Amino acid sequence: MSADPQVTAAARRGWWLSAPALVLLAVGATGPLLIMLVYSFLEPGQYGNVEWALSFKAWFNVVMQRDIFDGTLTFADAHLSIFWRSAKLALLTTLFAFLTGFPTAWFIATRSPGLRTALLFLITIPFWTNLLIRTFAINQIIRNEGFLNTFLLWTGIIDTPIVMLYTDFAVFIGMTYVYLPLMVLPLFAAIDRFDMRLLQAGYDLYASRWQLLRHVIVPVVKPGIISGSILVFIPALGAYVTPRILGGGRNMMIGNFIELQFGQGRNWPLGAALSVVLLVVVSLALIVYTRFATGSEGKSHG
Amino acid sequence: MADRSFDIARLPGFATIAVTIFVLLYLPIAMLVIFSFNAGDNVAIWEGFSLRWYPEAWANEAVKQATWRSLQIATCAAIIATTVATMAALGTTRRRQTRGQSFVYLMINQPLMVPEIVTAVALLIFFSSIKVATGYQGLGYLILAHAAFCIPFAYLPIRARLEGMDLSLETASADLYATRWQTFRHVTLPLVMPGAIAGLMLAFVTSLDDVVITLFVKSAGQDTLPTYMLAQIRRSVSAEVNAISTLLLLLTVVLLTAFFLLTRKRT
Repeated sequence: MSADPQVTAAARRGWWLSAPALVLLAVGATGPLLIMLVYSFLEPGQYGNVEWALSFKAWFNVVMQRDIFDGTLTFADAHLSIFWRSAKLALLTTLFAFLTGFPTAWFIATRSPGLRTALLFLITIPFWTNLLIRTFAINQIIRNEGFLNTFLLWTGIIDTPIVMLYTDFAVFIGMTYVYLPLMVLPLFAAIDRFDMRLLQAGYDLYASRWQLLRHVIVPVVKPGIISGSILVFIPALGAYVTPRILGGGRNMMIGNFIELQFGQGRNWPLGAALSVVLLVVVSLALIVYTRFATGSEGKSHG
Repeated sequence: MADRSFDIARLPGFATIAVTIFVLLYLPIAMLVIFSFNAGDNVAIWEGFSLRWYPEAWANEAVKQATWRSLQIATCAAIIATTVATMAALGTTRRRQTRGQSFVYLMINQPLMVPEIVTAVALLIFFSSIKVATGYQGLGYLILAHAAFCIPFAYLPIRARLEGMDLSLETASADLYATRWQTFRHVTLPLVMPGAIAGLMLAFVTSLDDVVITLFVKSAGQDTLPTYMLAQIRRSVSAEVNAISTLLLLLTVVLLTAFFLLTRKRT
């Protein structure tokens, strides 16, 4: 290593300047994650909190359960069904957000510069608007005595309200609604860089619009598709507010199930273990994404 | 054929979907705002225009306290986050890449990558033992937690601003025998300021909107506006929540518009 004193001094100054932010993040974000990992290996306390005794029970209970009467081992069906629902809803949300977000992003990117800025601003506002308020707005639309049912009853299309609130469908619609901007923004960024002359070339070679979409547009904007999907999938998988307001008590997702362990469940170690599981799944998704993104970038340079 | 040229970028059905999406994106919010002016206590049947829910919400002592608490936390957290984020941005941009830098980026962006519920639970565990050990139950925990997750939001616009900055100005200042502090005070800081104000606003909005982390970190009786609203939504829905939501929406739109004007590229 070359010891250029000027570079070393600059690097040291960089560290000192970054130190307050790093300390704050270590205390208020990263450090507690490690403590949580420790807690997942302890015994639950009787009134919440923990007993300081090493135990693997919480980890065991993530997927298995022992029958309280005869002691037989079975899979914890209740837990597995919650994991399955979370994964299913998060994937459906991502897919539907892509199917609606892609045309929207394409539409924005192909407008005149002035209109484009205005439309982007319109997409950004909901993104920064309180998630709770947006979920609440959906709640008011789809509840039994809500706007949609009142309207349908008034027109005579239906004669009894359609029950939508507190179903998986409501959670899916709500999550698609609140996370859609996260899909549109990276897709727009990718389409904006797309060279429209490629389409011209495609048409010259007698490609249909569908063939162009399938073989030219989608492969080129793939990094944007991956970014958008990850940005939607991660918060959807760990969603708490939306399933709580739209899914009610029965249609729990993993986020609500984790909360339950710190409330009525009084099983902090299980809650901690479930949080670690969620964190690991999200980290894996991020790692795959990073590999994918850098891989495709390297290819395009080659 | 003659009057309409062939648009190569047009894909069938895309415009229809996009327009529908824009309408659907704003319709629920529009209904929420409209029904905050409803004379009756119903979220679907219009009973005439009235402003009654606004004074009614404001007369509610719980709303008043939650609003004040939210503003206190958001102001403190945004100022702390912006200060440390500005320092970190100065320390990580405009220099040769070092190995430590990717670590700093990773740490700063960490709150964006970890699901909020996970951070919330981790903070609950951490702070609950500190609460027991010290007996302190105040707003400090919420301010600390909010400041931490606001850092990436404050950092990004500041870093963008610094990267677009002309280094020669600082070199010129040094050539004219300005001390390092003078250069910072009279050259760097004024140039960074728009980025820092933009970061401050994003951090403020982010803190003001937070539900999940606040819910897990707060002590009893420390409701912020969003956690108060969450509790209300679970009980009976009153148009009072619509009125509060409308005011919060207005505040967000005002701050965002200011943010866009500040960060707009000068032509």
